[in-house]
Amino acid sequence: MSDDRLVIAGREFKSRLWVGTGKYKDFVETKKAIEASGADVVTVAVRRVNITDRSKENLLDYLDPKKYTILPNTAGCYTVEDAVRYARLGRAAGVSDLVKLEVIGDEKTLFPDTAGLIEAAKILIKEGFIVLPYTNDDPIVAKKLVDIGCPAVMPLAAPIGSGLGIRNPYNLKIILETVKVPIIVDAGVGTASDAALAMELGADAVLMNTAIAGAKDPIMMAEAMKYAVDAGRLAFKAGRIPRKLYATASSPIEGML
Amino acid sequence: MRIQVNGESREAKAGTTVADLLCELDIKSDRVAVEVNLEILDKGVFAQRSLQEGDRVEVISFIGGGAKRLQQSVFR
Repeated sequence: MSDDRLVIAGREFKSRLWVGTGKYKDFVETKKAIEASGADVVTVAVRRVNITDRSKENLLDYLDPKKYTILPNTAGCYTVEDAVRYARLGRAAGVSDLVKLEVIGDEKTLFPDTAGLIEAAKILIKEGFIVLPYTNDDPIVAKKLVDIGCPAVMPLAAPIGSGLGIRNPYNLKIILETVKVPIIVDAGVGTASDAALAMELGADAVLMNTAIAGAKDPIMMAEAMKYAVDAGRLAFKAGRIPRKLYATASSPIEGML
Repeated sequence: MRIQVNGESREAKAGTTVADLLCELDIKSDRVAVEVNLEILDKGVFAQRSLQEGDRVEVISFIGGGAKRLQQSVFR
């Protein structure tokens, strides 16, 4: 697996499992789970510093930016204006032009507002950002995002935090055939088989948070996800057998009594 | 003079720079972004930029968050 690298906008990534950093019990658990996942890209949110309680530790005390690619997101942004502002702040606080762009359309589903997403992506790309857009499992929108200059597309498997797994494998397949940039399945994964399925379909990577952080044992689940992503990737590259309705014997008939 | 920092009003000495404010708040400047009246400052100007009466300052950093639900915009 070591020579099977993911490359986005000239950057090379070792791991095809990317993880979020939210919802953990504490920073120690966050660090241990991320280590167990083998991920080298971690997403972070952009928020106000707590100025009244400075005893609070910083996430980056636990995640060495030299070891991980810190990917700021615009989670919680419902307008183009907010998303662009958070992306700019994330770039100013961090070290790179990478941003996971989210423009959320609705509080209940947290589905992306794809019209707003395209608009915000255009603005940020013009400012030199490397925009990784969180989008619907919509092949047309995926193509539009690539056409305006996104070097990867991140379609959802299911609503954020829902754990429903890949709700529309056929759309995902069409996206994979339609656009020629890396596809990172983002959000909605519930367990290891969901991640394996995404990779077997041909996704280039999977991004998840809740499936790991919300598991009874997040560290063990992080390890499970690592194996799932690797297994799914290998199975995709190996090429599965076609599905058939009837049996084909595995053992030869010759030599039978 | 009165300034607003992350939505809270506080007193600051005239001539306080952004770097002074961060120092006073015990915040390491390398891991934050600072916005003054909606303008994002380059880290290089923290020591030169003096704050004015009524300035609205936002000090922003990274927190745990990923493919999950977070609270609504903190700036509202």
